Amino acid sequence: MTLLYSEVEEELRAAVRDLLADRCPPSAVLKRAESQAYDLDLWKTLAGEIGVAGLLIPEEHGGAGASASEVAVVLEELGRGVAPVPFFTSSVLATHALVRAGAGELLGRLADGSATAALVVSFAASPYQPFRGASVRVEDGGARLSGTVTGVAGAEVADLLLVPVDGGLYLVEGAEVRVVPSFDLTRPVATVTLDGAAATRVGDVDLREVLLFGAGLLASEQYGVAQWCLDTTLAYVKERHQFARPIGSFQAIKHRLADLWLDVVRARAAARNAAAEGSEVSAAVAQAWNSGVAVRMAEEALQLHGGIGMTWEHPIHLYLKRAKAGEIALGTPGDHREALASLVDVPGPEGGQQ
Amino acid sequence: MDETQLKERIAAFLSQNDPAGDRLEFLRARFDAGLAWVWFPEGLGGLGISRDMQQIVERELAHTPQLDGGVQGIGLGMAAPTILAFGTQEQKRRFLRPLWTGEEIWCQLFSEPGAGSDLATLGTRAVRDGGEWIVDGQKVWTSGAHHASWGILVTRTDPEVPKHRGMTYFVCDMRAPGVDVRPLRQITGEAEFNEVFLTGVRLSDGLRLGEVGDGWRVAQTTLMNERVAIGGAPVRRGGGMVGTVLSTWREHPELRTHDLHQRLLSLWLEAEVTRLSGARLREQLAAGQPGPEGSGMKLSFAKLNQALSGLDVELRRDLGYDDWAFRRSETVDFYGRGPGYRYLRAKGNSIEGGTSEILRNIISERVLGLPSEPRIDKDVPWKDLPR
Repeated sequence: MTLLYSEVEEELRAAVRDLLADRCPPSAVLKRAESQAYDLDLWKTLAGEIGVAGLLIPEEHGGAGASASEVAVVLEELGRGVAPVPFFTSSVLATHALVRAGAGELLGRLADGSATAALVVSFAASPYQPFRGASVRVEDGGARLSGTVTGVAGAEVADLLLVPVDGGLYLVEGAEVRVVPSFDLTRPVATVTLDGAAATRVGDVDLREVLLFGAGLLASEQYGVAQWCLDTTLAYVKERHQFARPIGSFQAIKHRLADLWLDVVRARAAARNAAAEGSEVSAAVAQAWNSGVAVRMAEEALQLHGGIGMTWEHPIHLYLKRAKAGEIALGTPGDHREALASLVDVPGPEGGQQ
Repeated sequence: MDETQLKERIAAFLSQNDPAGDRLEFLRARFDAGLAWVWFPEGLGGLGISRDMQQIVERELAHTPQLDGGVQGIGLGMAAPTILAFGTQEQKRRFLRPLWTGEEIWCQLFSEPGAGSDLATLGTRAVRDGGEWIVDGQKVWTSGAHHASWGILVTRTDPEVPKHRGMTYFVCDMRAPGVDVRPLRQITGEAEFNEVFLTGVRLSDGLRLGEVGDGWRVAQTTLMNERVAIGGAPVRRGGGMVGTVLSTWREHPELRTHDLHQRLLSLWLEAEVTRLSGARLREQLAAGQPGPEGSGMKLSFAKLNQALSGLDVELRRDLGYDDWAFRRSETVDFYGRGPGYRYLRAKGNSIEGGTSEILRNIISERVLGLPSEPRIDKDVPWKDLPR
């Protein structure tokens, strides 16, 4: 097991980064954020030509059969670009659920990017509370589903909606997807309403396991968000002059950035470890740490940019919004720390000795 | 050399040298077999192979006599890499073997009462006298000087040029006439540190490490290695200081509170990501030299050690202290002493080997490329600096 990047991963990173720089720099993401958040043309290129959609799909179903470490590198880059594509929701969460459910035929449609999927779970759910925000029930002996799920990410651009309920994974048709005004402009959420929607059971699903897998990888996206904020802030404080000096020459600024750098460096190690190890502990560690680092780094980026950081025209707010929403997504840092208490045997006071 | 060949070599070495025999003979033979530090060149205790192969050697030889990482720490972590980088062939042959076996202990003569964070302003003078140098000055906070045969010493040889340029690096014979080592009592009660007075100490020119006037560059190599030595040691998950607090926590449920639980979990998490970051850094270093990134490890180590040792005292609600007696400690027995001692000793972690403030400067300037503060002393001859 290594915490470094392989040559293949670096090539994949370069391909994704070049494409984003060319087609969708942060200014372009900002421009489309209020009209059509997702850039589906970009997604087509990314999914089909670079082939990221099929990374987690086994080769016999037309995918690349790659490991979580390669997916993690793509997520780092997408986080860096707050890229408005449904990679995490379709190619990580939904795809992993389908792989575990053994739904080969559906995977074949996702592998080349011709179809996009979404797992109908609340983004505010967690491995510890997988059905938070969901009230779906099975009807007609499994032929129909009814109920609602709030806070679903990536549903409005999905061709396939996959609903987990009672240990089964169902493909539904005729669901109503209503996007709500969302805190994260680049990954809006929707309320999915099922009113006796036609459903086909595609296999079994352990939603807790799927969300844990997603949580471990989300840490890589959060690291990418933090790294962009750090790089952008460093460039700014070297350029920006006040008191006839670059503001980055003041110790008050330098020392803050040194501490933030240390947080980001550790976030990278935590993300790499979660991707490589895939254990419950490594996922909880990475989420508990990286969620906080992404938020702190985005908040500090805003502060250190001063007035311009508070304006709509500067893309920092896209990162702050992504980071703050990401803090809630798939479990808060506190949820994951609490899980660690039992995972690594640091029991609480039990009934409260004070 | 691959893993199999290395293992064969170790097996051959073990077949010829009995680990249960004389400790020193065994260590000398291990050095001569190139199994001391495999990334060092052949003939100097190494095999000239990648540094990450060392862990194979350590695993295979775990049951054999070991070095004393405490008292030998400065020699192994700081003097050795500096001698390897800047020493003459003769110096390397003379010093490295007894340094590694522990026959000769090393100390570090860098800091002075007037030169701490601003080390480059140091004033201990070395004046050439034929084939010798005469050294006068005072060094401080010198760990283990009372055990040491040799010290790595930075001196001022040219006061006429700006401070960074007029320094020269020596190996100091700690038993030479004029070397006076006096204990310096610390807040823990003991004296692991010393002040060292150098009065008319004569050192032969053969003890000079690097060129005359190049002492600052040589010292940088020592300092980079020091920071890795302090913060870079591998630990297992939940090991080190966090492990000490966890044992108390697990053994004494009656001491647990919700507040302490939350803080302990946060510190456990920080210790874990720091451990992972250290593991990643070591993977990077496996082939090369430590870069300024090592400063980051030392910074996190200091912060964590202080926070955890403080939490340990608070958790135990123990108002006592194990022993204030003044003694010259052999090594720092961090885990063998009580929580109060650990709390006090850890305060030194953010001062020794570069204060945390200086480390943040180093990170921001050398890693992050931020501009330095305006420096008024940069082009002023050392002798004209205000003091």
